[in-house]
This record gives sequence, C-alpha cells and structure tokens, in this order.
Amino acid sequence: MREKIIYIFAAAAAVLLVRNLYVILLVLPDEAQQGPIYRIMFFHIPSAITCFIGFLAAGISSAIYLATKNPRNDAIAVASTEVSLAFATVVLATGSIWARIIWGIWWTWDARLTSMLVCWLLYASYLMLRRAIDEPTQRAKFSAVLSIFAFSDVIIVWKSIEWWRTQHPGPVLSIRTGGGQMNPAMEAAIYWNLLALILFGLVLVLVRLRQEEMRREIDGMRQMAHAI
Amino acid sequence: MSDVAVDCSGVWKFYGDFPALRDISLEVPPGRCLALIGRNGAGKTTLLRILAGFSKATRGRVSIFGNQPRETDARRRIGFLGHGISIYDELSALENLILFARMYGLAEPKKAALEWLELTGLTRVRDGLVREFSRGMRQRLAVARAFLHNPSVLLLDEPFTALDDRAIGVLQALLQAALREGRTIVMSTHQLREALELATDVALVERGGVAYQGPRTPEMLADPGWLYARYGES
Amino acid sequence: MQQTKQRGAMSWVGDVAVIFGKDLRAELRTKEALNASLSFALVILLLFSFAFDPSSEQTHDIAGGLLWIVYAFAGTLILNRSFVRELPNDCLDGLIAAPIPAWTLFLGKSLANFVLVLAVELISLPIFGIFYNVRWAQQGWALLLVLALTTWGLTVVGTMFSALTVNLRIRELMLPILIYPIMIPALLGAMEVTGPLITGKPLEGDLLTWVRLLVGFDIIFTSLSVALVETVLVG
Repeated sequence: MREKIIYIFAAAAAVLLVRNLYVILLVLPDEAQQGPIYRIMFFHIPSAITCFIGFLAAGISSAIYLATKNPRNDAIAVASTEVSLAFATVVLATGSIWARIIWGIWWTWDARLTSMLVCWLLYASYLMLRRAIDEPTQRAKFSAVLSIFAFSDVIIVWKSIEWWRTQHPGPVLSIRTGGGQMNPAMEAAIYWNLLALILFGLVLVLVRLRQEEMRREIDGMRQMAHAI
Repeated sequence: MSDVAVDCSGVWKFYGDFPALRDISLEVPPGRCLALIGRNGAGKTTLLRILAGFSKATRGRVSIFGNQPRETDARRRIGFLGHGISIYDELSALENLILFARMYGLAEPKKAALEWLELTGLTRVRDGLVREFSRGMRQRLAVARAFLHNPSVLLLDEPFTALDDRAIGVLQALLQAALREGRTIVMSTHQLREALELATDVALVERGGVAYQGPRTPEMLADPGWLYARYGES
Repeated sequence: MQQTKQRGAMSWVGDVAVIFGKDLRAELRTKEALNASLSFALVILLLFSFAFDPSSEQTHDIAGGLLWIVYAFAGTLILNRSFVRELPNDCLDGLIAAPIPAWTLFLGKSLANFVLVLAVELISLPIFGIFYNVRWAQQGWALLLVLALTTWGLTVVGTMFSALTVNLRIRELMLPILIYPIMIPALLGAMEVTGPLITGKPLEGDLLTWVRLLVGFDIIFTSLSVALVETVLVG
C-alpha cells in the first residue's frame, strides 16, 4: 500500500515538474527588469515554503514523540528534517546564484539570507546530535527536544533579524501583498511548482521513513544477536 | 495506600527495538527482602533503576506503595544505593548529608546529618572534604546518604560489591535492623552469600525476564550455585 | 528518626535555593570553571587587540559585538561544567532520586550558572574598558539590565543543553554546536543594544525593541526548558 502511494506521488510530482518546467522556460516571457534569471524564483520561493512546512512537521512530530514515545514519530521527525534541510540548501544556493547576477555578489548579510543560514545551522546541528547518540530511545528523545527548541528559535530569529536589516526583495505573492505585485501567470507558476515540490518532498520523506524503519529493525536484530 | 510495598506488573523496557526487560512482574510486601540474582547484563540494574524512578518502563506499571516511582511521595520513601556513591567530592561529609536532608525536606537537616555520621562512624571527619576520604569512608557516607531520610523501601544495586569489611558490617547491620522494622528491600547481586543471608525471597533474572521467583530456601544458603544450576540457562 | 516538614505551595523556592547553594559552594571551593572562564575571557580580549586597532573610533563601534563574543565563549566553559560536575560518583542519580521536581533542580543550577557567568562578565568589563580605552559606565544601570537579561537567556539554553549532552561521548564538541545557533537572537539583540549603551546613548527608542526581544527570548526558553527538563533527565 505504502509502496503504491510513493509511486503515485512520485509520478504526479514528475508530471507536474515537467509541465512546470515547460511553462517556466518556454511559455512565460522574460521579466522586464531582471531578464531570464528571474526564473530562479520559481524554485527559490517554493523550496523555501516547502522547507518550512517540513521543519514545522518535524517540530510537531517531535512534540508528539515526547508525548507518546512512539518511535514512528521520531522517524517522521528525522525524515522531514533531512528532506527540509536539502530544500533549505536549495534555497540558499538558488538565492546565491540570483544574487550574483542581480546584486553582483554571492552573499550579503541581509535579514532573510542570514535567518535562512541560521535555520540551516540549527537543523544541521540536529543531525549532528543524532549521530552523537547511539542508544535509539535516548537519541529520539534528545533530538525531539532539540527540534522543539530549534523551531521556536527559527521564529525568533526571523523576527529579530527582520528588525536588524532587510535588503531582500519584499513579499511578492498576493496572499502577502494583497495583489498587484506580479503577473498572475507568473504567480500561478509559483503555486504550481510549490505543489510539485511539496509532492516531491513528500515522496522523499516517505522513502526516508521506510529506510529509517528498516534501519531500526536491523539495529534491533543486531542487538538481539549481541545479547545471545 | 497499597499494602504491597514494591509492585511491578508486565514491565517491559526497550532500547530501540531491543527488549532489555521482558514482561517482569514482581510483588514485594512490606518487611520482605527480595534478592535479584543474575549475570551481568541480565537486566537487574535496569529493573532497579525503573523501580527507583531513574528510568521509565516502556510498557507496564510500577508502583511503590501505590504511587508511581516519579511521584514525590514515592521518591520520599525510596532509598537508593547504586554503583556510584552520589556524594560530592568538593563538599565535606556534613555538607553532603545536610544537602540531601534538605532535598528530602527533613525538619532538622543538621540533626539528621549528625545522627547518621555518628551511626556510620564518621563523626570525627565530618568537616573533611570527601575528596580526601578513603574508599571505605566514602562508602559508609554513601550508606548514610541512602538511609538519611528514613526510607521505607531500600533499592540496592550490588550493595556489597565494592565495600570494605567495615562498610559491609555497617550495611548488614543496618539492613537487618531495617527488615526487623518492617521496611522493604530489593537488591541486585551476584555475590550470593551476603545477599542470601538477608534475603527472604529470590528472583532469578535472565535475559531480561524472571526465570525463577520464590522464597529463599535453605538449599540456596547451603549451595549458592544451586539456583543457577536448577533454573538458569546453561 | 525525623519527620519530614509540611510542604507549602512555595516549597519549590526552598528546593531551588538548596541546589543553587550547592552548585555555588562546590564551584567556589574549587573555582575550576570560574578561573578557566576568566582567563579565557582575558585571552580573547587580548587576541582582539591584534585584530582591531584598540584605540581607534571604529573599535568603539564594534565594542558591543566584541564583548558579547567574549562573554559567549567564556560563558560556555562554565555552562559545560554545570552537569559535568554531577558525573563523578553518579551524583546526578542522587539528585534525580531526591523528591524535588526536576524543574527546580534545573532552575537552581541555572541560577548558579547565571551568577557565575555574570561575575565573569562584570570582572572582564572594566578590564575591557582599560584595554580599549572605553568609558563603559556612562549608562551603568541600563548596561547591567541588558547584561542580566542576556546572560539569563544564555544560561537557560546552556544549562538545558548541558543536561542534554552530559552523557554523550563527545559532549565538549556537541555543546557549542548546539547552543550557539540557538543563542543567535539573544546575542544579536545584546550586541545591538550594548554598543550604543557603551558609547553613552540612553536606553530608549529602537534600543527598547531589542530589550523586548531579550525578554521574549528569556521567557520562551525558560518555559520550554522548565517544561522539558524532566523528560531530558529521566530516561
């Protein structure tokens, strides 16, 4: 059953991505001021949204783990954190490429860039903590605590660094601006690609989840073998 | 209040998928002394730590006089003596005992501390830093720390293992007195002789499960290996 | 044999005080962490004098940031010791077994760390003033408020993660990796407000926004730690 869901989602994500790439590359015109490079935003913005959905899911799953101690929730937390961290890396990389073309520099200590980097570091430390603990129950518990701390921190970081300095382009999606900032066709393309990336992310999480469950099973067998 | 001092039923403890304890059920009425016997790694320490509230059972129920081990009432009743002495090297003997007396909410911490220094023969060195104590003195201080708050349930993990003769003497006298006063003892041990002399009941723990459980019999005293030979796996 | 005291609703204050007193007394007797932290602070202050011209105006502009980097690094040495102190003789078992709630244990330890870290900060502040020719005391009380607010935030996060990493093989490596990213908002706020205060600007306007951030940081992470510390300490 799970197998089938993964294949269906993967197929849907692939079809959507092909369709979106066609629209983005061949249908939509170049943007007036930025030229062709603006197309990077069709991946940049949806990746950012996907990665935050993933971090939020990891935080919630971690809280549920602490309440129920069900190892499944720990597996969900680690799977979505890892996948989200990959999306966060995409956000940082695409952002840097865009900045190099438009601003002429790879990196600037702007509010959103800085917060994204802090966020990346926080969740990288989550993965490092997991590697440092051998006992599975303890690992699950401690990393759940860290995940909750990290997500709370991400919110504070975004608020505080926004006060600090902002150079990043302002919000463009009409749910944030009330409309009129962007060509509706372009905005639609962003949403379509968001759907594609969320589906793609979900597939990755499901695959990672299955792998995590197998790893647990193998660990259990290995310990059993040592005990005998 | 329950009339069973230590009660655990259907206790499982998993580390990941590995069951360190499998379906352990034990009942110890007040005034009894249960010796948990078994090889290293059988799960005795894990079980004692769950009874003492250091660790939570994955499944099953544990109660100390009807309370869960993490509840304040249960923790007040428990005296735990583990592998470490749980005594601060940087503090003096008296300071250590006063610290624990305060944490246990005793009405007169200093009086209780002095009383127990006397009982364990440490009055002379009460202001000395524990760092400078000999091994035997540290162990006697640990015994004082565990008994200080007048616990009704004593959980002892390998209590006789690292002790010198004098500390063994002090501990055995205290434990015998405790049993006479109707307190309850659960101890893990692989040194059968000292433990079996005190024990009223024994439980053989093997691979996280209870292989045998029952009253201590004279044959066990005569031949400490009897239990292993009879009920243990080869 | 003694009876235990009747415990009132405020008995947790006593529990916190017992742990606070114990940690402070043990540390003051050996002064291991305190001495290490102070000399580390001095060394970093010295190193910064090579990186920046200590007498230039520009250095005054970055004074806030410089100070907090010193404090964050030096403070970690004290925070790391907090639960490591409980490792010899399995002292942590004794504390967990005691009939006091885990969060009072946490608050007692945090308060002791707070006092120690604040002491290191207050000692290295005049030294910084002398080395870098800064008249730092013009807004003394406001500066003390900011020091206290930030230090509490750092201490709470540090103590919590000291508890979390205490049983790890590589805890000395993990603690800085875990706590510095989480401390970033507090450190950013502290740096933004300490700089102007040192150069004599009063605590008003934009600077108050940062003070609010510090208060928010303290409240959020104190509550989270208090809520989760039992889970961390009891396996």
